Amino acid sequence: MYKGEAVCLGADIDTDLVIAGRYLRTKDRSVWASHVFLDLDPALAGRLSGSVIVAGRNFGCGSSREQAPVALKEAGVVAVISPLFARIFFRNAINVGLPVLEAEIRSCHDGDQIEIDLDNGQINVDGVVYLFTPLSPRMRDILHAGGLVAYWRGKA
Amino acid sequence: MTHTLTEQILGGDAGEYVDRRVDRAYVHDGTGFLTLESFREMGVSPGIDPTRISVLFDHICPANTGLTADLQRELRLYARTAGMNFSDCGSGICHQIMSEGIILPGEVVVGADSHSCTGGAFGAFATGVGATDMAAIWASGETWFRVPETIGIRLEGHLSGAAEAKDLALAVVSRLGMEGATYCALEYYGDGAYTVDMEGRLCITNMGVETGAKNAIFYPDSVCRDYLAGYGHQITVRTRQDCTYKQEVQIDLDDIVPLVTVPHRVDSARPVSDLAGILVDQVLLGTCTNGRYDDLRRFASIVRGKHVKVRTIVVPASQDILLRATQDGIIADLIASGCMVMTPGCGPCLGTHSGVLGEGEVCLSTANRNFKNRMGVGGSIYLGSPSTAATTALAGCITDPEVSHV
Ligand code: SF4
Repeated sequence: MYKGEAVCLGADIDTDLVIAGRYLRTKDRSVWASHVFLDLDPALAGRLSGSVIVAGRNFGCGSSREQAPVALKEAGVVAVISPLFARIFFRNAINVGLPVLEAEIRSCHDGDQIEIDLDNGQINVDGVVYLFTPLSPRMRDILHAGGLVAYWRGKA
Repeated sequence: MTHTLTEQILGGDAGEYVDRRVDRAYVHDGTGFLTLESFREMGVSPGIDPTRISVLFDHICPANTGLTADLQRELRLYARTAGMNFSDCGSGICHQIMSEGIILPGEVVVGADSHSCTGGAFGAFATGVGATDMAAIWASGETWFRVPETIGIRLEGHLSGAAEAKDLALAVVSRLGMEGATYCALEYYGDGAYTVDMEGRLCITNMGVETGAKNAIFYPDSVCRDYLAGYGHQITVRTRQDCTYKQEVQIDLDDIVPLVTVPHRVDSARPVSDLAGILVDQVLLGTCTNGRYDDLRRFASIVRGKHVKVRTIVVPASQDILLRATQDGIIADLIASGCMVMTPGCGPCLGTHSGVLGEGEVCLSTANRNFKNRMGVGGSIYLGSPSTAATTALAGCITDPEVSHV
């Protein structure tokens, strides 16, 4: 079970807004974490620890940088929910161990309590249950392990 | 309702996530060493029959610097020791070699390169993945996919005059737009699809990714069967059943005219006749889109006995193509016409070596992408067919093959 407090965002959040290109020259992940969403809202980074992002359509569009989901995870984001993800962001997110769930949350307020049951494909937003497209068994295993590399390391 | 070909191969409904065994996985020198790095980080041994993995060197071949050579040396050694299929510099472009009797209908094929959608010409599900994904595929032989929605492209009629498969490919990209098929499968079918030969189909599926598509696919019909029989494979022909598409596009091949895509967007095709006269500094015939035997043959049939006016680079897509074109006298004709013939591989396509453009220079290329600075900082790329490339090379400016061909 993944739990967190909702942070609601709009549609078409591209990976440049997630983490601006000018912070990518470092490999220090804490730098990415503290600059997440800087160009969208500088106050956001401080509110992400233990959060579930509920975004509009097309989350993660734009450049294919793998640092975007890493930065979110590093900032303490528990999961991201969007009706539609950009394809490469979606794949990168699973691979780095950040749960991404396709669902349309009709009403969301900042601070709503969200619970995600990955194995049963359900999201509970302050008592309202939504279903999401179930992830395949392998995808769930990868997420539970904390990412693709961790998944395989665990088997080594 | 029956499923589209992609849904049938992946065994799921559109939108579903499925885990699938991968039949063939391949990397090239550009993505292979990143895959190897991730794979080593995982600390496991290959969990897939190494003969299902191919490592093919094509991007910077032969190596241009000591650093490139070192990276290639390491991956070469690894691939050989691990018993993977290894194809060294000069053998040709990964997508072409995989198309020379390796990829078969119904297979799930992944390549660590965006143009891995090329193999869909054989009725396989073929798509590109990232290096980390590829490392996990080396580890297990499996991966997960989201089954894409399918856009059906119904082809009617015949290509006529100087119009070629490339012109159709450019027309489709412009019709759908660079994001028009994001995440979707493009399924080609109809009587017109049957009239396109395998080399033409490979050119069309190759450009599928320029619309944002995950894969592009043709049904394996008798044309596919005959082509693969040449490589010793017997396949079962598959016909289309009624199925539902997310969107349908109908194209009459008789309406297709020679097209050129202008800088710097791939979805900006215009009739060549509208752009005639634009001066070029370089012509490139080659790449995984148009470096095949028939492309060389058509180009040579236009320039034979004449002399090109601008520097013209010819890069056969594979050694096999180079050999056949040499034996048939095509290469001699090209050289006699003043063309440079280079080592099979990607050549100048990605702007790292062997034909980089200078500031303000213009190239008419038979490749698949004309992004800003791709072939060199400050250079501009127009994309066209091999015939358009030939008439343009002779005139030194963009020239309609329709006019000069008659
Ligand atoms: S020929 Fe060009 S497009 Fe094709 S694989 Fe090589 S670099 Fe990529």
